[in-house]
Amino acid sequence: MVGKKSIHEIIFDLFNYLLMILLMFVTVYPLLYVVFASFSDPKVLMGTEGFIWKPLGNPTTRGYKLTFQNPNILIGYRNTIFYVVVGVVLSLFLTSIGAYLVSRRNFKLKGFLMLMITITLFFGGGMIPMFMVIKQLKIYNTVWAVLLPGAISSWNLIVMRTFFQGIPVGLEEAALIDGANDWQIFSKVIIPLSKPVLAVMVLYYGVGIWNSWFGPMIYLRNRELFPLQLFLREILMQSAPASGQKLTLSDMQTDSYYKELLQYTTMVVSTVPILCVYPFLQKYFVKGVMIGSIKG
Amino acid sequence: MSTTNPKGAAFKIDHSYHYPEKKNILLTNIRQRPLLYFMAIPIIVYYVVFHYIPMLGIAIGFQNYLPAKGFLNSQWVGLDQFTRFFHSMNFERLVRNTFLISFYDLLFGFPVPVLFALLLNEVKNTKFKKVTQTITYMPHFISLVVICGLIYTFTKSNSPLAQLVAAFTGNKAENLLSNAKYFRTIYVVSGIWQGFGWGSIIYFAALSGVDPTLYEASFLDGAGRFQQTIHVTLPSIAPTIIIMLILRIGSLMSVGHEKIILLYSPITYKTSDVIASYVYRSGLREMNFSYGTAVGLFNSVINLVLVLGANWISRRVTETSLW
Repeated sequence: MVGKKSIHEIIFDLFNYLLMILLMFVTVYPLLYVVFASFSDPKVLMGTEGFIWKPLGNPTTRGYKLTFQNPNILIGYRNTIFYVVVGVVLSLFLTSIGAYLVSRRNFKLKGFLMLMITITLFFGGGMIPMFMVIKQLKIYNTVWAVLLPGAISSWNLIVMRTFFQGIPVGLEEAALIDGANDWQIFSKVIIPLSKPVLAVMVLYYGVGIWNSWFGPMIYLRNRELFPLQLFLREILMQSAPASGQKLTLSDMQTDSYYKELLQYTTMVVSTVPILCVYPFLQKYFVKGVMIGSIKG
Repeated sequence: MSTTNPKGAAFKIDHSYHYPEKKNILLTNIRQRPLLYFMAIPIIVYYVVFHYIPMLGIAIGFQNYLPAKGFLNSQWVGLDQFTRFFHSMNFERLVRNTFLISFYDLLFGFPVPVLFALLLNEVKNTKFKKVTQTITYMPHFISLVVICGLIYTFTKSNSPLAQLVAAFTGNKAENLLSNAKYFRTIYVVSGIWQGFGWGSIIYFAALSGVDPTLYEASFLDGAGRFQQTIHVTLPSIAPTIIIMLILRIGSLMSVGHEKIILLYSPITYKTSDVIASYVYRSGLREMNFSYGTAVGLFNSVINLVLVLGANWISRRVTETSLW
């Protein structure tokens, strides 16, 4: 019986490993396809059907050269970096202050603030009232319309609060006895002890801002302020000339072969930074899910 | 209230005594920790401006709001905008699409991370496991715009997927995304592709918490690995599964507008247009502000009811709830 069982197990393990390898392949292949396609000869590529396993025709970096010459990609990158850096600092500042407040035991507005925050998890004004508030505040078509509306994510605030609540109360009391005020307790006691959760927040907010496109799309009109994702959308979905508007390569623009090639290179160029840093940061993201799930 | 003397007039409560004391607690608290109150100002301002004023703005859903007239001078029309929506030819289609897309997403998307976590948990080679996790979590971090770009690429008529579908159905290869028949499938499958790895983290967390002595005991009782999975592992992570399931049911009528707007086109509205994307199109793009707000409110209220209901069930079934 024991021998038979182990044969079952061996077969199961074999299939299990094969299945996992298949899943990894399914996850990675679309990305590989895009990478291969981005180096391919566009004419051969367009005439090819089905799977590809290597760059087709004579491998070329022409697409990448054109992509980096595209002013929109550069403007988009510049703006996105600005939004991510400023937005993360702003979000981190506000979220940690909020989390600090609702994790104090001896704060009479705690219940009120917590209610105010929790309600927003389940109900909101919706797209149009929000749009009108942005208009009324006169921040429509400014960077503030991108930075401010999502500055605090209530979920993140609650995750942070959970973490702050785990810091021993004795530290706060000791600091109070030493005559520290709340700003000092916040900045000198709580924040230095919260690096793990701060790292998680930097990543969550950072990735969120990097990926966001809908808010910027409805709140911005000036193309000089567009984040990368909006230009990507034009290139990938709206058949905008992928080499930018006023490029001297007008002969290329009319060439639909190149348009397709540039879609691939643009996807690679816009995704590689995130995928390169991701494996090193993965554990922080996972930690974030864990901290969040305690109070799920 | 309940402390008043049942006989009433005979006994007068001295409010002047109670009130200042209560006020004093707050005042003392403010005096002791003034900075707490100072720090609360930006937080309260943020929530009021970006959450509560928009909630008040819902009022325009009961108006016939005209930007030229402004909020105060626009005509109040009661529930007219809602009636207009219920009677519009889009109503049935929007409700059906919203429900079906999130229902299929639940039906097919929910079990995949659970199964994946259970199967990967059986892999004993830690390095292989780590690599599998790293790779399968990855698509979660690709931006939605690029994901949809990938979907465009992979559904074009000369793409691998379209070729596979053509080989399967025997038809000529076509652009799958412009065939309304395939929209929901594409939406749901791509969502699973992007999310199954990331979605499994929560189950890995639950799996790592299973008491190892249970496995030893079941092994001594002669249970094989399959039996262990059924009788030990599954019951141990069942609470997590149930909570996740109930949370998902709570969002059964909320399909996010972002992915829909990136993928749909007038040719596929029949199966792809959901309430949220309709709010964007009819409300913002066509500037029917009041109408769009009313439609959005209709959806928010249904969602709120579903979340409250799911939470209520969750509290009864699993003794765990969101609040």
